[in-house]
Amino acid sequence: MSMSPVLSIAGLTKTYDSGLQALKKIDLEINRGEIFALLGPNGAGKTTLINIVCGIVRPSTGKVTVAGHDILRDFRATRQKIGLVPQELATNMFETVLTEMTYSRGLFGYPASPAHLEKVLRDLSLWEKRNDKIMTLSGGMKRRVMIAKALAHEPEVLFLDEPTAGVDVELRRDMWALVRRLREGGVTVILTTHYIEEAEEMADRIGVITKGELILVEDKATLLKKLGKKQLTLHLQEQLSAVPIELAEWKVQLSPSGYELIYVFDASAERKGISSLLQRMGDLGIVYKDLNTEQSSLEDIFVGLVHENRSGT
Amino acid sequence: MSALAFNRYGVWAIYRFELQRFARTLVQSLITPVISTSLYFVVFGAAIGSRMSDVGGVSYGAFIVPGLIMLTLFSESISNGSFGIYIQKFTGTIFEVLSAPVSFVEVVTAFVGAAATKSVILGLVILGTAKLFVPIEIQHPVWMLAFLFLTSSSFSLLGFILGLWAKGWEQLSIVPMLIVTPLTFLGGAFYSIDMLPKTWQTIALFNPVVYLISGFRWSFYGQADVDVVASLAATLAFFGLCLFTVAWIFRTGYRLKN
Ligand SMILES: Nc1ncnc2c1ncn2[C@@H]1O[C@H](COP(=O)(O)OP(=O)(O)O)[C@@H](O)[C@H]1O
Ligand SMILES: [Mg+2]
Repeated sequence: MSMSPVLSIAGLTKTYDSGLQALKKIDLEINRGEIFALLGPNGAGKTTLINIVCGIVRPSTGKVTVAGHDILRDFRATRQKIGLVPQELATNMFETVLTEMTYSRGLFGYPASPAHLEKVLRDLSLWEKRNDKIMTLSGGMKRRVMIAKALAHEPEVLFLDEPTAGVDVELRRDMWALVRRLREGGVTVILTTHYIEEAEEMADRIGVITKGELILVEDKATLLKKLGKKQLTLHLQEQLSAVPIELAEWKVQLSPSGYELIYVFDASAERKGISSLLQRMGDLGIVYKDLNTEQSSLEDIFVGLVHENRSGT
Repeated sequence: MSALAFNRYGVWAIYRFELQRFARTLVQSLITPVISTSLYFVVFGAAIGSRMSDVGGVSYGAFIVPGLIMLTLFSESISNGSFGIYIQKFTGTIFEVLSAPVSFVEVVTAFVGAAATKSVILGLVILGTAKLFVPIEIQHPVWMLAFLFLTSSSFSLLGFILGLWAKGWEQLSIVPMLIVTPLTFLGGAFYSIDMLPKTWQTIALFNPVVYLISGFRWSFYGQADVDVVASLAATLAFFGLCLFTVAWIFRTGYRLKN
């Protein structure tokens, strides 16, 4: 697997005709074969970003390349490599599943390949429904059809715009499994979501976007390690009325009941902090009967980040 | 994989898709115009036509055939040309075409080609229907087909532009009704323009439809209101104007891309 980026975005901005600036100077590189989650609240600019790469929205400034090809100058080369499952369900309802897929594959410039279409349809549990009109399918099935259409031309890069918004648990699980299989097959997957658990579950790397700005791009593991806060709770034998002055340097907090001491620390901070805290407590004769730690989820990190960004600007 | 120079698979996919829709609605696509054309013949050809004198040696029933075909071509081409692209905008499925490796020229070729194909088929079906009612001779079949193709393509292009431009169903239907229908009725479909008063004859010469119908009728009976060269020039000019407009729309991404 080559490490040259499959998608490279430099200085990309977008101002809509309405005057609204949806993207403010985005720089981003996506590696071949990775699963990248673009995480951000509604209106952050996720769909705008994807639509620009796919050719649906025109960039205001900046340069975007896919596998080294410019999306404007070499639009044929780039678009043949890209598959898009849009946020909204939009397909011709009067056609059969197979007709729609055949149409999609042709549209993207490839000769017919019944074998490939069959593989995709089976992968998505749609094979039995191939001759059904799309309007007769359930909402979940229609979503699968959208994915099947996007995969009909064997894209190297797949965009999933809010793939699991309003989707039932089963389909969500299937979708995640499919994304992993695609990655194993060498496909790069870029998905947008405002569900943190989805990014946490799926992604290799995460970008956080808010108000048109990419405020962070990081390996998921690094992100969790770097920004994840851990919390140690000590359940005390005897009630305290205030935090002893000797424990001030750890900035511990006392729960309202007076029976718990809470120590918050960065995941990167060494154990030393904990052990010295416990030692000092022993010296003071504060006895605890139990202790437990909690790790913050991406959700906490995310809320913290967006909050920080809002108050910062 | 080599880069595409011309996405023929893409053009074919759209073209075939459009024709499939046509096939699905075959009954209303063909039967309606055929019935209404037949009614024209019953009323104008047989009932009134028998009391009308011949026009330039051609019986009135036969005289109106080319005009009637043109009338149908205009409205059907516009509606076929506009519907395909409009419905994609309306339902949002346009995203797929916009994100596909097809150029605007290819998109137009496919949509307009399909719409024009339907119109040509329809024109020939009406011609066949008319033949059941009145004797028809075609003196210049090649020219007849040329006018048929050019007119179908031009008005399908016009329809395509309308479909791109329209923001609602009302706009989609109002243009044919407000502009094309009057131009057609004033365009000499049912009469030779030298049957009009002098002033109206001069005014009629500013109506592009007069040239189209006249040229088409000439290919049948060898007689025309205006010189056939002028007719051909007008048809080509109209075609060129539509092409130019559509190219301009594409360059600006007008109403398709933000
Ligand atoms: N076609 C458009 N015209 C004007 N503004 C738009 C258009 N599409 C999106 N926007 C605005 O751009 C911002 C980003 O939207 P979008 O990219 O859809 O965000 P997200 O996908 O993250 O929810 C929003 O404020 C939205 O209202
Ligand atoms: Mg969105």
